[in-house]
Amino acid sequence: MSPVISIKNLSKTYEGGFKALDDVSLDIRKGEILALLGPNGAGKTTLISAICGLVRPSSGSITVGGHDIVEDYRAARSLVGLVPQEINIEPFEKVIATTRFSRGLFGKPRNEAHIERVLRSLSLWEKRNSKNMELSGGMRRRVLIAKALSHEPSVLFLDEPSAGVDVALRRDMWQLVGELRDAGVTIILTTHYIEEAEEMADRIAVINHGKILVVEDKARLMAQMGQKHMTLELVEALDALPDCLGQYGLNRSADGMSLHFSYDTQAERTGITRLIADLAAQGISVRDIVTKQSSLEEVFLDLVGEEA
Amino acid sequence: MNFHSIRAIYVFEMARTFRTIAQSIISPVLSTVLYFIVFGTAIGSRIEDVNGVDYGAFIVPGLIMLTLLQQSVTNASFGIYFPKFVGTIYELLTAPISFIEVTIGYVGAAASKAVMIALIILATSTFFVDVQIAHPFWMVAFLLLTAVSFSLLGFIIGIWASNFEQLQLIPLLVITPLVFLGGAFYSADMLPPAWQVVMHLNPVFYLISGFRWSFFGLADVPVEVSLMAVSAFLVVCISFIWWIFKSGWKLRS
Ligand SMILES: Nc1ncnc2c1ncn2[C@@H]1O[C@H](COP(=O)(O)OP(=O)(O)OP(=O)(O)O)[C@@H](O)[C@H]1O
Ligand SMILES: [Mg+2]
Repeated sequence: MSPVISIKNLSKTYEGGFKALDDVSLDIRKGEILALLGPNGAGKTTLISAICGLVRPSSGSITVGGHDIVEDYRAARSLVGLVPQEINIEPFEKVIATTRFSRGLFGKPRNEAHIERVLRSLSLWEKRNSKNMELSGGMRRRVLIAKALSHEPSVLFLDEPSAGVDVALRRDMWQLVGELRDAGVTIILTTHYIEEAEEMADRIAVINHGKILVVEDKARLMAQMGQKHMTLELVEALDALPDCLGQYGLNRSADGMSLHFSYDTQAERTGITRLIADLAAQGISVRDIVTKQSSLEEVFLDLVGEEA
Repeated sequence: MNFHSIRAIYVFEMARTFRTIAQSIISPVLSTVLYFIVFGTAIGSRIEDVNGVDYGAFIVPGLIMLTLLQQSVTNASFGIYFPKFVGTIYELLTAPISFIEVTIGYVGAAASKAVMIALIILATSTFFVDVQIAHPFWMVAFLLLTAVSFSLLGFIIGIWASNFEQLQLIPLLVITPLVFLGGAFYSADMLPPAWQVVMHLNPVFYLISGFRWSFFGLADVPVEVSLMAVSAFLVVCISFIWWIFKSGWKLRS
């Protein structure tokens, strides 16, 4: 299937000479949820802004739904909804009027039923006649989402959707995102929260210093995370590993006081029981056991750290 | 061309106008009344007729022009500056619309409001003086042309301005002097010859002259010249806006 967004060799150097994107190529699949993960200043917002037409690329090309975002900007942009990172909102206008405005601006005929549906799904219907400035920060962010959904985009960008949003609301938002995905909307979100990416994304792209470091199915990343490490602390130092323990791939620490064992939690048999039994048979006494799981966070920090 | 987009912008902007309708109207009407009292009645009673037109009536077109220009520039510049200021401009820049729709929406709304206020002032002036309109069609045509071209200018100023001071600078520093020196309150031949030459360099002079012609049938310059001057100004403004949106000047990084 052809990608819904195709980014080829995209670079962006800002006026001051800062290179915020460095030769980024990325295909976004139709209907997926892609999480863009990266530290502050990595270039996430710049990448999104370039796709949406807010930032003019220095080089490279982008298509949305097969339409070039420069040559055929009308067709490309009419597919895209953007929820920006900053809460930019018209203070004196009513919630419902701002939402209606967005729909019209994107060239869609009036549809009050749709506007109502969107506002209800974001629990804003009761607040529809309030002025935007009378809303709390979390509600304002929801108004931004309502504005983006008002024109029925098939690609939705959520730039830091959970910044300043409480736990309950974050849950609601994740649910909404799930529903949108079920309806066939492609969703690209940026986040600092690894668990958010873990919870929602189908694929995860890690970006730092304007470069995409990895794009991977979440499942495959999870498999890497499925690795668990066990450290066995011994009562007495062990000079060498007995041959019969070779099958476990154990690592002996320098002082011989501990053994490291890695295993896959997802596997049918982890081999722990047998290992313990074999150790006992060899007369090796274990004083303590410590286990540790590598998280997406670690994978992420490894990637970002390696590159820095 | 997307009409839903134009309508959305226009309706949104007009709603803002009507929310603040009282202050939008009171201030220009009040200052016009003051002008009538001071210039028309107090000073005007000592000034003889201008080319056979009572001085009080003679200043009506100039006063309307003064307000029309100020309103057009202020409304349009504020209309586009505000989304920049609060950040909602992102939506305009990501929408599937061209500069034509954006401009028609914002400039149309700004010009509508300016024309509304101009008509209110015209109505107010009938309480003070006897106003005759010799060429009603051309009166309306000048009103619309002027409102649109100066709203375009205001639109450019709003995009250019990076703070509120700059936003107010041009109307205050450029528009008001141009109107006063453009013959709002006198006829060109009332000035010494040297000043008449300077006056002819002022674009607003042609506007006021043409507009006054539509009232009294007399003008400082032929009405065709006035029409051409406004139209040329309009074309320059539109071309500049086209370039702004093409280049992303002040809008896209
Ligand atoms: N308009 C601009 N002019 C110059 N530099 C900019 C501009 N916008 C962003 N940058 C720089 O580009 C880099 C990437 O910024 P960007 O906003 O894309 O980061 P981000 O990944 O979204 O970060 P965050 O997680 O903090 O939102 C930063 O170093 C930033 O300072
Ligand atoms: Mg960002």
